[in-house]
Amino acid sequence: MTATTETPSALGRPIKRKEDARLLHGQTNWTDNIQLPGTVHMAILRSPYAHAKITKLDVSPAKNHANVVNAFGAAELGDLNGSIPCVWPVTDDIVMPAFPALAPDTVRQVGDCVAVVLATNPQSAVDALEDIVVQYEPLPVVIDMEKAIAPGATPVHADAGTNVCYVYNLGGGYEEVKAKADVVVKRRFINQRLIPAFMEPRSVVAAPMGMSDEITVWSATQIPHVLRVLLALVTGIPENNLRVVAPDVGGGFGGKLQCYREEVLVVNLARKLGRPVKWTETRSEDMLATHHGRDQIQDIEIAATKDGKLLGLNVELIANMGAYLQIITPGIPLLGMFMYPAIYKMEAYNFKCTGVFTNTTPTDAYRGAGRPEATYAIERIIDELAAELGMDPLALREKNWIKHEEFPYTTVSGLTYDTGNYEAATAKALDLFGYDELRAEQKRRRDSNEPVQLGIGISTFTEMCGLAPSRTLGALKYVAGGWEHCTIRVLPTGKVELITGTSPHGQGHETAWSQIASSILGVPVEDIEVVHSDTGRAPYGMDTYGSRSLAVGGRAIKLAAERLIEKARVIAAHQLECSPADLEFVNGVFQVKGDASKQQPLGAVAFEAFTAHNLPDGVEPTLQGEATVDPDDFSYPHGTHLAAIEVDTETGKVRVRTYVAVDDVGIQVNPMIVEGQVHGGLAQGIAQALYEGAFYDEDGQPLNATLSTYLIPAAPDLPSFITGQTVTPSTTHPLGTKGVGEAGTIASTPAIINGVVDALRHLGVTEVAMPATPMTVWKTIQAAKGGK
Amino acid sequence: MIPAAFEYTKATTVAEALAALQAGGEDAKVLGGGQSLLPVLRLRLNAPSVLVDCSGIDEISGIREEGGKVVIGAGATHHAVMNNALVKSSVPLLAQATATVADPQIRHRGTCGGSMVHADPRADLPPVALALDAEFQIAGSGGQRTVKAAEFFQGPFETSVGPDEILVSVSFPKYDGWSTHYEKFNRTAQAWSIVGVAAAVRMDGGKIAEARIGLTNVGGTPMRASAIEQALVGASSLADIEAAAARASDGLAPFADDDADEEFRLHLARVLTKRAVAAASGLK
Ligand SMILES: Cc1cc2nc3c(=O)[nH]c(=O)nc-3n(C[C@H](O)[C@H](O)[C@H](O)COP(=O)(O)OP(=O)(O)OC[C@H]3O[C@@H](n4cnc5c(N)ncnc54)[C@H](O)[C@@H]3O)c2cc1C
Repeated sequence: MTATTETPSALGRPIKRKEDARLLHGQTNWTDNIQLPGTVHMAILRSPYAHAKITKLDVSPAKNHANVVNAFGAAELGDLNGSIPCVWPVTDDIVMPAFPALAPDTVRQVGDCVAVVLATNPQSAVDALEDIVVQYEPLPVVIDMEKAIAPGATPVHADAGTNVCYVYNLGGGYEEVKAKADVVVKRRFINQRLIPAFMEPRSVVAAPMGMSDEITVWSATQIPHVLRVLLALVTGIPENNLRVVAPDVGGGFGGKLQCYREEVLVVNLARKLGRPVKWTETRSEDMLATHHGRDQIQDIEIAATKDGKLLGLNVELIANMGAYLQIITPGIPLLGMFMYPAIYKMEAYNFKCTGVFTNTTPTDAYRGAGRPEATYAIERIIDELAAELGMDPLALREKNWIKHEEFPYTTVSGLTYDTGNYEAATAKALDLFGYDELRAEQKRRRDSNEPVQLGIGISTFTEMCGLAPSRTLGALKYVAGGWEHCTIRVLPTGKVELITGTSPHGQGHETAWSQIASSILGVPVEDIEVVHSDTGRAPYGMDTYGSRSLAVGGRAIKLAAERLIEKARVIAAHQLECSPADLEFVNGVFQVKGDASKQQPLGAVAFEAFTAHNLPDGVEPTLQGEATVDPDDFSYPHGTHLAAIEVDTETGKVRVRTYVAVDDVGIQVNPMIVEGQVHGGLAQGIAQALYEGAFYDEDGQPLNATLSTYLIPAAPDLPSFITGQTVTPSTTHPLGTKGVGEAGTIASTPAIINGVVDALRHLGVTEVAMPATPMTVWKTIQAAKGGK
Repeated sequence: MIPAAFEYTKATTVAEALAALQAGGEDAKVLGGGQSLLPVLRLRLNAPSVLVDCSGIDEISGIREEGGKVVIGAGATHHAVMNNALVKSSVPLLAQATATVADPQIRHRGTCGGSMVHADPRADLPPVALALDAEFQIAGSGGQRTVKAAEFFQGPFETSVGPDEILVSVSFPKYDGWSTHYEKFNRTAQAWSIVGVAAAVRMDGGKIAEARIGLTNVGGTPMRASAIEQALVGASSLADIEAAAARASDGLAPFADDDADEEFRLHLARVLTKRAVAAASGLK
């Protein structure tokens, strides 16, 4: 641990978000609002079958429909039917099937794209889909992952001959430590399939830009920069002729971290037709065709001594890839791989993951991506071990976690956590929660056999975020780096332009980045304009996902600002006729040390740099600083979350009565934004525990692909969260900050289920499947009672 | 999704609406608040050729007392119903059930009549109408007729309102002095009922003298639990209520869905009936 560094002015203040007035007054620029003259609208014919041969496809009748410009199947598109990329071949022998945008002969999921119609208005395009003649010959469907990898299963991709995409192994030595263990607990957890369900549906517009060769693409994406590279590779359009803009983007949660079929189709069709093409998904399409998240079977075994010392952990995963590999589909379980041991010290760790193809929507990143799965497994199994040992679950955790004086600490999976203080976060959470009183109430309710039982759910989580050191990504066979870029310019008028490679879609970067720059440049937050999400104006970047924007992008902001000040110092010294070393920079003004009458504000330096009338020799005009920074390490936020859970044993309904979240995200740039991220994250993690889950029937038909059946909780379903913080600055980040975007989601799911199980353990319940719906909980209670 | 194309006419009187329906033929459909019909159109589950918008017909939008009954215009919005003083005092069960429908935005557009005619098995208002013996006034080319709640609901999404007819109003007998409770069980606060129980009791000397029970979403239509209504008479304790409520599932053959299979639905009918009657009667 190091001491907190001095907190400069704008840093650490809960100032209101600059972007909100515009967002709240409807002055937004969503992709679907973009109206270009001559636009044609695309509608997509999607497969109603989970697996079928296309025996006939005739799009020509659709062309006769009023207002239709053209219609295409895979055959008509030919070379323009781009192949959707996967950039994370996790093993040398991974099976990477072809993934054409329009299915040429076989459909492999409900929602697979079969044909497109383009019309001068979206209504006509949709109507004309009904005129397309298509016939299918259904093929056997594989949905269940274990059946998919059993001998004799029909392969989703016939030419692959198997549904095993890859097998990945890490670690070793578990069997040896298990041999000396007193207690071994084994559980199977199901991390169910989820749908990202951002508010703004996906939308994309591509337009050839008149006289130039440029094609501009506006997309509701989290990754304009990465998308530009991928679109160039997939379509063959020279990268320097592609400009990708992510205008206002209404949420993503990983679901907009993708290079989608529809994006490739729109770009290629704009090129082919020579006019703007637009597509905006309906919610019904979104539920089928936006990638899904989670969907793992987790076989977890933990070995310990009888006094509760952890010895080792064995993790065996089966991870659902869905029907195809999308951008980082195979890598998602690997993002969790290092985190199963979490905050605990142990001697051995074995990890094995089998990636499996099924006739379902492809999976990929969803808020937390791999780490929620890992955290769920470890925090659940620790509770089960505590029950087996007859120990208090918190005492078992404390006995095994890394003590604050042991940092930096290298875990059994090989990560080195820079800092952390689990004792402090837990003490604070207990304070806010009233643990002992709640345990007393729990006992009272149990003793009097009340219909509503109380459980206490614990999650002492950590996670790794801030993706990512490029060398580590390389070692994991990821095909890109994890750096971030920032350019800061002080314009002649003294106003500041901060150009970032991060791509906010709700996180408040415009405010937070201004605060960081303001604290270094001494320029008021209002005078800083953050430019982002447009490869034409902000050419370099790796975008926003994996809680990386501050954890990585913040480094670049700080360095760019410091470089700018160094250049300015030389000019100011020339103006003030002193040596640069004689100057101090305070609140945006250079001043000769010991002589406050000799001053030069940054704006005046910028004007001098602009006119260039009197620059020192060798100094170039203009005042800017730039930096492209690769992070030294991942970021390891942590925290202690405690939930008081009421379970109505008569109906199975679960109520989250109290939720305390104490998070340690290091130095906070804007505590209000931190709290907002935590609140939203908690809601999403609680949603996995209690409400959300996407399911298929045996034929591969989605059972609940509408928002009236895929239930998302709203404010009345959630308690008023009690949040707290401890601040243990990161020592590997120059600002001392850690990522916060996913922490709440990662932490809360196991806290809730631990609480549900704790409420019912005296009835013989040891596991409750997610989502813990009333029927699931009630049936679990009935089964436990019957089994006694 | 985008609905299939349709013609649209806005009626300002019942006569105008009836004429438009006649002219539109088989495929014409009444549009009330649109909160159920528009989702159906957007999912392309139905494609009427003409929509006759009845949301602006003043003569079917009001709430008034007439002949000792509370008459609710079919076009009265959920918001209007639940906040109406007359409804709150004389048909409080309807006010309470209406307040559980969806969210404020939907309640500002959706109508009492639309909910009744749509007759979604999950809807919260039909069981109230059934339990309270409401009557439905229906206008057609031949004039107006009245149908009792017991005959009105004919199946899932099926009522006795013909394709060329319009529901004008729903009238409820006044239940002054009764105590009522609507117990809705759903997964999220703004979701549809998995099971709901509408209970009305008249207390006399600490005992239940009369009871009326309607059940939501335990069959294709709302269900009247007459067996329990009898069994509840004379109940003076929670134990009595529990014993009677155990029969709430008698004779039901509910369907299964993701939220509840048959066993769980029958169980919920019993538990929720107990809770609804306990809350209405105040018995402990
Ligand atoms: C997200 C959501 C959640 C909901 N949750 C609930 C809930 O929890 N509980 C609940 O009970 N309801 C719920 N509803 C439904 C809501 O109550 C609707 O308002 C109601 O079902 C339909 O009323 P409407 O006026 O919108 O009718 P519309 O949608 O306009 O019409 C529905 C049907 O009734 C017919 N119709 C309408 N008015 C007349 C009339 N005067 N004469 C003849 N036919 C007519 C139409 O032709 C159509 O067939 C929900 C709706 C939504 C969108």
